[in-house]
Amino acid sequence: MADVMTDVEAVTPELEAAAERAESRRGVLLALPSGFYLVLFFAIPLVIVLVYSFASRSSTGLTQLRDWSLDAYQRLWDPLVGEIALRSLILAVATTAICLAVSYPFAYYIATRGPTMRNVLLVLVMIPFWSNFLVRTYAWRVLLGSDGPISQISQALGGEPIRVLFTNTAVLIGLVYGYLPFMVLPLYAALERMDWRLVEAARDLYADGWTAFRKVTWPLSRPGVIAGSILVFIPTLGAYVTPAILGGARTTLLGDYIVSQFLAARNQPFGSALSVTVMTVMLGATILYFRTGARSL
Amino acid sequence: MSISTGVRPKSPIERLLAANSWLVFLFFYAPILVLIGFSFNDNNNVGIWTEPSLRWYGAMLDNSDVVRAIRTSLIVAAVSTVVSTVLGTMAALALERFRFRGQRVYDGLVYLPIIIPDVTMAVMLLLFFAQGFRIIDSLIGWSPSFGIGTISLSHIAFSISFVAVVVRARLGQLDPSLEEAAADLYATRWQAFRRVTLPLILPGVLGGALLALTLSLDDVVVTSFVAGPGATTLPVYVFGLVRRGVTPLINAVSTAMLVASMILVGVSLVFQRTSTASPETES
Repeated sequence: MADVMTDVEAVTPELEAAAERAESRRGVLLALPSGFYLVLFFAIPLVIVLVYSFASRSSTGLTQLRDWSLDAYQRLWDPLVGEIALRSLILAVATTAICLAVSYPFAYYIATRGPTMRNVLLVLVMIPFWSNFLVRTYAWRVLLGSDGPISQISQALGGEPIRVLFTNTAVLIGLVYGYLPFMVLPLYAALERMDWRLVEAARDLYADGWTAFRKVTWPLSRPGVIAGSILVFIPTLGAYVTPAILGGARTTLLGDYIVSQFLAARNQPFGSALSVTVMTVMLGATILYFRTGARSL
Repeated sequence: MSISTGVRPKSPIERLLAANSWLVFLFFYAPILVLIGFSFNDNNNVGIWTEPSLRWYGAMLDNSDVVRAIRTSLIVAAVSTVVSTVLGTMAALALERFRFRGQRVYDGLVYLPIIIPDVTMAVMLLLFFAQGFRIIDSLIGWSPSFGIGTISLSHIAFSISFVAVVVRARLGQLDPSLEEAAADLYATRWQAFRRVTLPLILPGVLGGALLALTLSLDDVVVTSFVAGPGATTLPVYVFGLVRRGVTPLINAVSTAMLVASMILVGVSLVFQRTSTASPETES
C-alpha cells in the first residue's frame, strides 16, 4: 500500500496520515469480531487453566480457588508421570519419523508424475485425509482384532493368531495411519512448488543424483518437512482417541492421562498443571524447530 | 507406473519410489475397504463372514440415539462452519491486507489455537464454561447448561484459526495490484472486495469452510468434555460404543460417515474446479 502512495505526488502528508489512520481503523474493525471471540473462548480459558494449576484440592476432590500452591507441579516429578511422558514422547517421535520416512518418497513420486496422474493420485491422498479420524482408527481395531482379518490370514497360513491390539505397537500403527496424510500434503506442496530446473542445473554441473538431492531438493523441500513434522508431532504427543481405541491399560499416554484427571480422578489442579506443562513444552519445541529449520535453509 | 517417457528405461530408484507409493496406497485403503466390507456382513460377530445384507444399516436407522446424535452433529457443524468461516476470513483479511496497532499480538492469538493439542483445548473450555456458569448463577440465580450451545461455541473457537490460515495462504498468492486497479477505477473498498477480492479468494474460503466442517464432524475430545449429559454428537456416541467393543452396528455407522466425507470431498473438488476455472481463463 505505502509504496503506491508515494507514486502519487499531489497527496499531502496530512492527507496521507489521515488515509493511513482510516485504513488502520478498517483493519481493526475486521479483526475485532474474531479477536473478541478468541479472547473470550481461548485466551480467558487459557488463563483459567493456568490459575487452576495453582489451586488446591479439598478432601472430597473439589477444586478450591484458594490456598494457592505449587503442589500440582511438584507431582510432575512422580516417576509414573515421567514414565507416561517418556512413552508419549517416544511414540510421538517414532510416529513423526516413520511418517516422514514413508511420506517423503511418496510425495516425491506424486510430485514428479505428469499433471493428470498427479491430480488423480492427489485425490487418492485427499480421501483418507478428509475421512473421519475416529472411523479410520476404528478400522484398525477391526483389522487387528484377535479374530480379525489379519489374524485369520496368519492362522490360515499356519501361523500364530496376531495379538497386537492393546499394545504400544497397535497405538503406533494407529497414529502413523491417522496422521500420515498430514505429512504427505505439506511435503507434496513443497516439492510441487519446487523449481526442478535447479536440480537439472546441479546435474549439469556434474552432481550425481544423491548430491543433487542432498544439496538442492532436500533444502528446498525443508519448509514442507518442518510443516509436516509439526502437524504430526503436536497432535500425536497429546493423542487421546488412538490410545483409547487401540491401546490398553498399560499404554497410558499424556492425552488420556490428562483426560483421566478430569473425568475419573477428579484432580483438576494436577490435570491443569499437566496441560500447562505439555502446552509449554510443545510451544517451545515448535518455536525451536522453526528457528533451527529456518537457519539451516 | 503408467506414464513412462518411453525413451529412458526406468531406473531402480524410480521402481522403488513406485513400489513405495503403491504400498502407501494399500496402507491407506485396505483398512477402510475391510471396514466397508464387514458393514454389509449379516453375522452378529464382526470377524466371521456369513452373507451380505443391509441388516446393520436398518438397525442404525432404527436406533433413536444414533439418529439424535446425527441431528446434533449436523446442527453443530452447520453453525460452527458458517460462523468460523466468516470470522476466519475477516481475520485473514485483517492480517494480510491491513496494518494496525496490536497486529502482532492478534496474529499470535489467531495462530496459537492451532498448536494447542485437543486435550488441552478441551480442558481449557471445560473449566471456562464451568467457572463462567457458576459466576452467571451467582449473579442472576440461573445459569445456562452444557449442551449443543457449548459444543458449537467450542467448535467455532478451534476452527477460526484453521480457516484464517487457509484463506490467508490464498490471499498471499493474490496480486494486490488487482484490488488497486479496481480502486483506480473508482470502486469503493466494498465494491473492490465484493467484485475482485472475494471471487479470487473464494476457493480459499471454501477450502477453509470444508476444513472447519471436517474439524467439527471429526472432533471427539473437545466435544466429550463440553457436551454435558443432554447432547451427544455422532463421533462422541460412536467413540463410546467403540470403547465397549467392536460391533457390526459401528461398522455400518462408520461406513455411513466415510461415505459422507467422500461426498464432501467430491463436492469440494467440483467447487474448486469451477471457481478456479473462471478467474484463470479471464487472466
